[in-house]
Amino acid sequence: MSERALSSALVPLVIVIPLAWAVLCLLRPRHRPTLLLWPGLALWLIASGMLWQHTASGGLALHLLGAWTEPLGMSLRTDGLASTMCLVTSLVASACGAYRLLTPLGDEPSESQRWFWPLFFMLGAALNVIWLAGDLFNMYVGLELLGLSSVGLVAISGREQALSAALRYLLAALLGSLAYLLGVALLYAAYGTLALSTLAGTISADSITYVALALITMGLCLKTALFPLHGWLPPAHGVALTPVSAMLSALVVKASFVMLLRIWIGLGVGIITPAFAQSIGVLGAGAILWGGWQALHHADLKSLVAHSTVAQIGYLFVALPLLMSGAAPGLAWDGLMLQITSHAFAKSAMFLSSGTLIVAVSSGRVESLHGVTRHMPLALFAFGLAGVSLMGLPPSGGFSAKWLLLHSALAGGEWHWVVVLLGGGLLTAGYVFRVFRASFVADADHRFDKTPLGWDVIALLLAGASILLGLASTPVLSVMRIGAPLAGLVR
Amino acid sequence: MNLGALPVWVLASSLAPALLIFLLPERTRAARTALNLSAAALKLVLVGVMTWRVAQGQVTEVRFEMFPGADFVLRADALACLFAGLSAVLWLFTTIYAIGYLEGAPNRSRFFGFFSMCVASTMGISLAGNLITFLVFYELLTLSTYPLVVHRGNAKALAAGRVYLMYTISGGAALLLGVALLYGVAGDIEFQEAGSLRAVSESSWPMLRIIFALLIGGLGVKAALVPLHGWLPRAMVAPAPVSALLHAVAVVKAGAFGIVRVVYDVYGIEFAQRLALLVPLTIAASATIVWGSLRALWQDDLKRRLAYSTVSQVSYIALGVSLFGPVGTVGALVHLLHQGIMKVTLFYCAGNYAETLGVHKVSELDGAGKRMPLTSAAFTIAAFGMIGVPPLAGFVSKWYLGVGALEADMPWVLVVLVISSVLNAAYFLPIVIRLWFREQTAEWPEERTYGRWETSGWLLIPTVSTAFFTIAAGVLASFPFSPLQWAILIARRAYLS
Amino acid sequence: MSRELWFALIGALLFALALGAFLSHTHLLRRLLAFNIMGSGSFLLLVGLSQDMRGPDPVPQALVLTGIVVAVASTALALILLRRWFAATGSTTLPEDSAE
Repeated sequence: MSERALSSALVPLVIVIPLAWAVLCLLRPRHRPTLLLWPGLALWLIASGMLWQHTASGGLALHLLGAWTEPLGMSLRTDGLASTMCLVTSLVASACGAYRLLTPLGDEPSESQRWFWPLFFMLGAALNVIWLAGDLFNMYVGLELLGLSSVGLVAISGREQALSAALRYLLAALLGSLAYLLGVALLYAAYGTLALSTLAGTISADSITYVALALITMGLCLKTALFPLHGWLPPAHGVALTPVSAMLSALVVKASFVMLLRIWIGLGVGIITPAFAQSIGVLGAGAILWGGWQALHHADLKSLVAHSTVAQIGYLFVALPLLMSGAAPGLAWDGLMLQITSHAFAKSAMFLSSGTLIVAVSSGRVESLHGVTRHMPLALFAFGLAGVSLMGLPPSGGFSAKWLLLHSALAGGEWHWVVVLLGGGLLTAGYVFRVFRASFVADADHRFDKTPLGWDVIALLLAGASILLGLASTPVLSVMRIGAPLAGLVR
Repeated sequence: MNLGALPVWVLASSLAPALLIFLLPERTRAARTALNLSAAALKLVLVGVMTWRVAQGQVTEVRFEMFPGADFVLRADALACLFAGLSAVLWLFTTIYAIGYLEGAPNRSRFFGFFSMCVASTMGISLAGNLITFLVFYELLTLSTYPLVVHRGNAKALAAGRVYLMYTISGGAALLLGVALLYGVAGDIEFQEAGSLRAVSESSWPMLRIIFALLIGGLGVKAALVPLHGWLPRAMVAPAPVSALLHAVAVVKAGAFGIVRVVYDVYGIEFAQRLALLVPLTIAASATIVWGSLRALWQDDLKRRLAYSTVSQVSYIALGVSLFGPVGTVGALVHLLHQGIMKVTLFYCAGNYAETLGVHKVSELDGAGKRMPLTSAAFTIAAFGMIGVPPLAGFVSKWYLGVGALEADMPWVLVVLVISSVLNAAYFLPIVIRLWFREQTAEWPEERTYGRWETSGWLLIPTVSTAFFTIAAGVLASFPFSPLQWAILIARRAYLS
Repeated sequence: MSRELWFALIGALLFALALGAFLSHTHLLRRLLAFNIMGSGSFLLLVGLSQDMRGPDPVPQALVLTGIVVAVASTALALILLRRWFAATGSTTLPEDSAE
């Protein structure tokens, strides 16, 4: 296969593989077609790895599905951000999938066993569509697919709280995507195209564009659970099956954020005013404080981790004003990219290890973790490593991200963001150490159930990845800069 | 073995054992002990080789890029060897001590794992070649000492851990901000002899002063400068070997060592003098010295008394750093080592009394010298050293500090030193008198017997050895590779003129 | 005013009305209906406004077709969840809303 043919095949492949397995799993009547699943995960990983490798070696690609040109056709394009997110998606999803495969089914309702895998792969395909989509409408399709499969995954455990959380999640998701769609409709009416590349050249600062961008921003902020639109997230992420929570927090909320990022820096330069960017950043700061505060006070371990996601999302939004109107957008971009990727690894590791701990002590409460250091050292160690990254302590991806954002803020003398970044770190330390503190209490009065060793290994690998990203982030960041429209940001 | 990567080997010789020990099951005592001791011995050899090479003028360095604009640098220079040498020696003895101390206690794998991790962080701190690498290990130290502080897992330990974290994490944030600001002003700051900030334009000087305050504030938390010292006495709930390590090598010293690095190798002592940064540091250090000693007077709990003594004694280092002139520098650096050796001895002794006799309070020590003569002799030597009785190690430190004060034209510092020595005597001598000259009045609270020795050999050997070092460092101060000679070597390089 | 613009305005009006209903009602079925009307409103707007501004155009029609499929799928999922919720609890509102 020639180099060119390979690259044009790889791009759709990372979407087609999970999509195909979603269908295959749906067709298989068995609850856990193990023999089918491992090759699926492996193929997905290989294709994503090759795509990343290809992009890293300088291969930007625009792929037109079925050779239909825009605007009717579906265009997929790769840049550093898209390929890296595809790779991160496949890594995190494989880890969560493997975790699920190692889970003893026990008394789980057969329905949840039946539907997990089709929805799981559908979620992966939807994510990849969003990372690779080159126009606003494909993004919409990806977003809807993503929303539906996420809601399905939250609901499958069938418990009462799961149903109400899923319903709440669905309502928020529907509202968000309609706002987004309305914005897209306005943009199409005004400019006659939805391709980001074409729009970027023609867009002008008139009122219809402002209304459209406002609607899009609002819809996507709701989907990303930006404070104060975050109410749906903690119950949904807190109540879902452990691997589902991990995928939702690590990847799904990032999808709508990456869309927002692409739209803002693709279209918004010169249109989005510094004041507007600052006010979005203020909401991000609110998320950091509110999420951190809630995480400090929740008795339930998974709720704690879910609220931590609300707070960590805040960092992404704090980076936006630094990126759009700061003095050093390059640093902000690098910091943002690192925050997205390292949080994906750290948060999935944290959810998976929390799930393991919860199974081991048969309780979801933080106080039930007494004596865990002795009986579950590996799971706690994975939780700890992930915590290090979330707290932004070195050496970790979270630290490097915070450092870069801090620099970006200091370069422009924007002290308020410095305070937020440092204060957020202290809050995070507060809730992460709450868990450690409980685990070090010596007198454990309950028994410890055995958990699969593989669970710990998976969580440790993910947590290790988030640490490693801090020690050697240069290669990753240099790939993520490929094709990033940074030139337009430097003023 | 590739000697160019020596700093990495030094680091790995405690990081790798840490990870291995975590994986060892609780009951494999022999394997854990062997691993602990061989790793400590190996590290001592590696540090020895490293020091030898530095003495020959060879500086080894390892670097790679962590993320754009920030390199990870490990460099073996003279100052690094000073601190790494101290850590390596005391780690070996404290490991021996801890093996004996924790005999039969639960959670030993966890303990020794974090113990090794803590030493690895200390090694990283000593070898860090720039501020950001220093920061990495400084925070790692916080993380690896927390489990040691809360090791006992009771309410008191957890409360102490909470206070410890609040102080150190906030200190870490101040340090991070300071380092980030400094990168903004001057780019990637490598540690180098005589500093590298002289070239910064005069318009940035006010900013440099603010940064200095942030850096010293962040480091001062771990170095327990008053009023940032509140965590230290509370952290006394930790097991004795942890206290020994925290006070003599790891945490407190990391802070003090950071101050040394910032003043000599980032700002440069002469530039710091020009920015008028040294006098405030002198005042802060002097206040800490007097306040710590005063508080120590009133403590009946032996470990708490020693803790306040640490608050006071560690600030001698900051004091020496702040005295402009090579003699003051020598005093600071030599005290970095001497305080470690003496304080570790005192904590070993406190642990011995607690383990063997169940004695925790000063008032219960009457007559203990007869029951435990070797331990009490070690305690007496170290206490006299702290007071500054010649020819012990502490005397050498105080001598150089005093001369340094005169050289820096700050005679009032001499007054501080005299007051402190009087206070040292006031809180140490009563203990010594109780040990030797009082009759035992009551039964020992929880006596244990260990055959023909006064206590377990694991506990006794480290105690006696470090007491011996306290004498040797003073008596043999003029021999090559003594702490004093090494400090003089560094001081020569720190001054341009 | 062209017929297309009129469609678009009706679409916007429908969207606004349905949004009000979506936010003010707590009964889940009503909220689902409101969502569907919001969807229809935005489809009208999408086709109407762009054809008003740029003449007959197949693209918005294709987009709306896709949008309708998505809306049907979402509605189906919502109905399943709603029935399950009702079967499990006998309630037609979410617990957070019914407290009011």
